[in-house]
Amino acid sequence: MEAFTTHTGRAVPLRRSNVDTDQIIPAHWLKKVTRDGFEDGLFEAWRKDADFVLNKPERQGATVLVAGPDFGTGSSREHAVWALQNYGFKAVVSSRFADIFRGNSLKNGLLTVVLEQSVVDQLWALTEADPGVEITVDLHERQVRAPGVTAGFELDENARWRLLNGLDDISITLKNEQDIAAYEASRPAHKPRTVQAA
Amino acid sequence: MGRTLAEKVWDDHVVRRAEGEPDLLFIDLHLLHEVTSPQAFDGLRQAGRQVRRLDLTIATEDHNTPTLDIDKPIADPVSRAQLETLRKNCAEFGVRLHPLGDVEQGVVHVVGPQLGLTQPGTTVVCGDSHTSTHGAFGALAFGIGTSQVEHVLATQTLPLARPKTMAITVDGELPEDVTAKDLILAIIAKIGTGGGQGYILEYRGSAIEKLSMEARMTICNMSIEAGARAGMIAPDETTFAYIKDRAHAPQGADWDEAVAYWKTLRTDDDAVFDAEVYIDAAALAPFVTWGTNPGQGLPLSAHVPDPASYEDASERLAAEKALEYMGLSAGQRLRDIKVDTVFVGSCTNGRIEDLRSAAAVLDGRKVADGVRMLVVPGSVRVALQAVEEGLDKVFTAAGAEWRHAGCSMCLGMNPDQLAPGERSASTSNRNFEGRQGKGGRTHLVSPQVAAATAVIGRLSSPADIADVPTTAGV
Ligand code: SF4
Repeated sequence: MEAFTTHTGRAVPLRRSNVDTDQIIPAHWLKKVTRDGFEDGLFEAWRKDADFVLNKPERQGATVLVAGPDFGTGSSREHAVWALQNYGFKAVVSSRFADIFRGNSLKNGLLTVVLEQSVVDQLWALTEADPGVEITVDLHERQVRAPGVTAGFELDENARWRLLNGLDDISITLKNEQDIAAYEASRPAHKPRTVQAA
Repeated sequence: MGRTLAEKVWDDHVVRRAEGEPDLLFIDLHLLHEVTSPQAFDGLRQAGRQVRRLDLTIATEDHNTPTLDIDKPIADPVSRAQLETLRKNCAEFGVRLHPLGDVEQGVVHVVGPQLGLTQPGTTVVCGDSHTSTHGAFGALAFGIGTSQVEHVLATQTLPLARPKTMAITVDGELPEDVTAKDLILAIIAKIGTGGGQGYILEYRGSAIEKLSMEARMTICNMSIEAGARAGMIAPDETTFAYIKDRAHAPQGADWDEAVAYWKTLRTDDDAVFDAEVYIDAAALAPFVTWGTNPGQGLPLSAHVPDPASYEDASERLAAEKALEYMGLSAGQRLRDIKVDTVFVGSCTNGRIEDLRSAAAVLDGRKVADGVRMLVVPGSVRVALQAVEEGLDKVFTAAGAEWRHAGCSMCLGMNPDQLAPGERSASTSNRNFEGRQGKGGRTHLVSPQVAAATAVIGRLSSPADIADVPTTAGV
């Protein structure tokens, strides 16, 4: 997983609440057998509307999604996170996230930032007035900064440590390589094998 | 203090234990199939990782495989893509694969034990909830999600918190006509589909000790339907005899060492379970489900329950919804329920003993008019054995369809499905809404009940067809 320290980018204001994972990535995309290539499925239904904010030329290349409250509700599909990341988002800002979505996002290195709705409103106003405005999400300082805005955010220490170091569950386990190797060395010879060891 | 079987196997696999963290457990055997592995391999690829222990990993194709015309291209593009992806991934990473057409192909939980890979005191995982099947050997076996599949591929370990333990003691003699399937359906009806939540179940007692390995697998298979993390049975001489001389059984000195270790895998007399349940085997009868979860079951002699009779409001509502979906009314005799389809197969009841017992009931009789019966062996090996014993002839002579090995109608990911409103008697493990096809209605039964039902056309036990003449042996 890529480490997240600090990120600066343009934003997409998504003025909707209760954006569920079916909206983020519709069910028919779940048949795919990879975890990339979901960018075209992101908000698929809404993107059919030329006026949808993601379709606006000035929003191309934006990397911070500023969403309404209760983002990521519904099914637990991890594909929702992959779709946002495949599209290019590095961070999502909202006043409230669904639990499972938040868990999935942090596991995959997508930073979900919880801010007061008043701050979200400010960010919306800023980026709508000037799409070129850049927002900085600073995980070291646990701070979001934009012209005229400085807001702190919470994130539990373990999740923050993992994001800062780019550690997914597998990397964390692999830090115990010595223990695993020692265990393997002491395994009895009678244990089954599917093929001859190389 | 003494330890339970589950605790012994758990302790023997702890790679690392630290305060406030889950234990890091070593995994002895990782089984793969096409449905839950693609994103795991993709994750490895993206991170530039390899499969850590190819010698502890094996894959087979089962969920999407057709049971007819297996030499022709698979029509459904999604099924085909999943199978092709598994083949590509296994080739790229070097994983042993038994694809459609291979003699070792079959339902993943039939293949592991049959190869002798499932052994007492091992940890077995698979991206599939019915991995609990392997617990019949005294293995600690449980289903995992796709991100855990990736974790095991990369590290051969899993960080896990230890579940609690529950003893399910079954003493006494099972009556004739009562099988392991009836027993596990009765257990789930008793403790409920959430009764095992957070537990590893250990089935024990004199009735369990008398069961064959295949019957024990049927029981452990459905532990998950009681909500449990896993189900286990202590290994004994029956277990050792089953494993001996299989392709991957320990040989020579390794065998003696293994058996000596396996013999230690019994719950100590002074060990304490977190919960205990007792079942009197002698009081059991052939069991069938009437509803849409595996806990909604009753003896075949009973009537469809009246939802109003449930005190618990959520159970009442569940029963109401189930009856509506199943097209049944309260008070109806279970024996009066007519079926359109009979399915014998799956990782619950698709092994050779299951086919033998269904064939014994069917021998010389005919499948009732208007009933379609599908017999799908759990693996190619099971199919070959059945053919050698002439069971396929018994089935086809009765008018049943003898198919190729796979999951088939257990979940209808391939073309074997119920049509909307169609009703089946099925030896599989889940009677959820739509499980066997959109709008399909499933009654879970044993292989014997399935065969008797096929003959009569209504839910029936072998005792009900005693009067139906047979030409067998004529
Ligand atoms: S037979 Fe059914 S329960 Fe068993 S692995 Fe296949 S689909 Fe799952």
